[in-house]
Amino acid sequence: MTWLTEWAGYLPQLMSGLAVSLLIAGISIFFGYPLGLVLSLMVTAKNLAVRTLGLAVVEIGRGAPALVILYLFYYGLPKFGIAFESITAACLALTWNSAAYSSEIMRAGLQSVARGQLEASNALGLSQRDTFFRVVMPQGMRSAIPGLMGVAIQMFQGTSLAYGIAVPELMKTAYNIGSQDFNYLQIFTLAGLCYAVISMPATWITVFFEKRMARHT
Amino acid sequence: MDALSAVLQGLPMTIMLTLSAFSIGIVGAVPLAVGLSSSNILVRLASRLFVDLVRGVPIIVWLFLLKFGIQIGTFKFNPVGAAIVGLGVVSIAYLAEIYRGGLQSVPRGQGEAAHALGLTGGTTFYGVMVPQAFRIVSPSIATYLTGLLKDSSIASTIIVTEMVFQSQAFARQHPTVEGILPYIMVGILYIALSLPVAYLSRRLDSRMRKAVSV
Repeated sequence: MTWLTEWAGYLPQLMSGLAVSLLIAGISIFFGYPLGLVLSLMVTAKNLAVRTLGLAVVEIGRGAPALVILYLFYYGLPKFGIAFESITAACLALTWNSAAYSSEIMRAGLQSVARGQLEASNALGLSQRDTFFRVVMPQGMRSAIPGLMGVAIQMFQGTSLAYGIAVPELMKTAYNIGSQDFNYLQIFTLAGLCYAVISMPATWITVFFEKRMARHT
Repeated sequence: MDALSAVLQGLPMTIMLTLSAFSIGIVGAVPLAVGLSSSNILVRLASRLFVDLVRGVPIIVWLFLLKFGIQIGTFKFNPVGAAIVGLGVVSIAYLAEIYRGGLQSVPRGQGEAAHALGLTGGTTFYGVMVPQAFRIVSPSIATYLTGLLKDSSIASTIIVTEMVFQSQAFARQHPTVEGILPYIMVGILYIALSLPVAYLSRRLDSRMRKAVSV
């Protein structure tokens, strides 16, 4: 009972932190998906320079820990006179992260479109543009949906790393409350539940979509 | 190259954290994977809830919960202990899910054939199902290991002196342009460290493919 009453007291503050977390996740997904599509096209481009640049951006975005990219933007770049507010740095770093991960998923999706589809649209005399936007993309993106939903969940959880650069998101808010009254166990349990309440159903929906897609192929 | 040597000071800790948590995960995930594919619905649901809950909460929350929230009598976790246990439990959940997928992808006929041959339940599981499942999941396990390597960086937030912590310390002492170097170096190091894992996994995979095709 005492836990519940304490949780009720913490909840309003935590909710404002959760709003910041959701905002950062939303922004990084909103910009990350289109950038990911551009990156996936760059990685498969014929031009060597374009391909190399695309690969470098993707491999750094996936290979380096999100925390390192966050620190690079927030603590590293100001040393060159490029300074961001902490929340901007968090959005930039996580956008890079989500673009890199989603580009791999989109590339796999686009490549999974059967060759015959390309040959058929070629035979029908469709332009390259129409072939890509009307034939390849609709089919490729469909099979990429579960993976992209997974990236969104990963990004939402990744916002907790913005704690490291003092963004007032859910984790930082929980830590601040905890350092006032030292009820760390209660506050971090509640913070964890806040994340779980969103991530768990989101995962179940993703699994549901995965199974549905598997049925149709 | 001061920045590089500063970052490298954290390398043993990064590797130690990753391998300790990985070992906990590899072993601990076995019973959980069995639970996930159990025919008893209560066992299956309980295992499923555990896996989804552990994966639904970000790692940093688990680490702070263990480091600051747990106090049993006079016992408290030190940073390294909290990081190993936290990353270990998270690995258990992720690897159990990978194992389950592998066990499920072994054709049913294999289990039925083993049963028809009169093999016991234990022999069927360890002698027939597990070896085949392992071949299927070994690339996923390698991918998870590289993910875990990156996630070990989160331990720096509870003051474990691994690579990212050392980068931070160096950057703080060097407010000049040099201060950006450790972040670039540490990023490259993580990518470089995951290359041998990917290479070994590909070799293991192709060797096992050969063994099967005979």
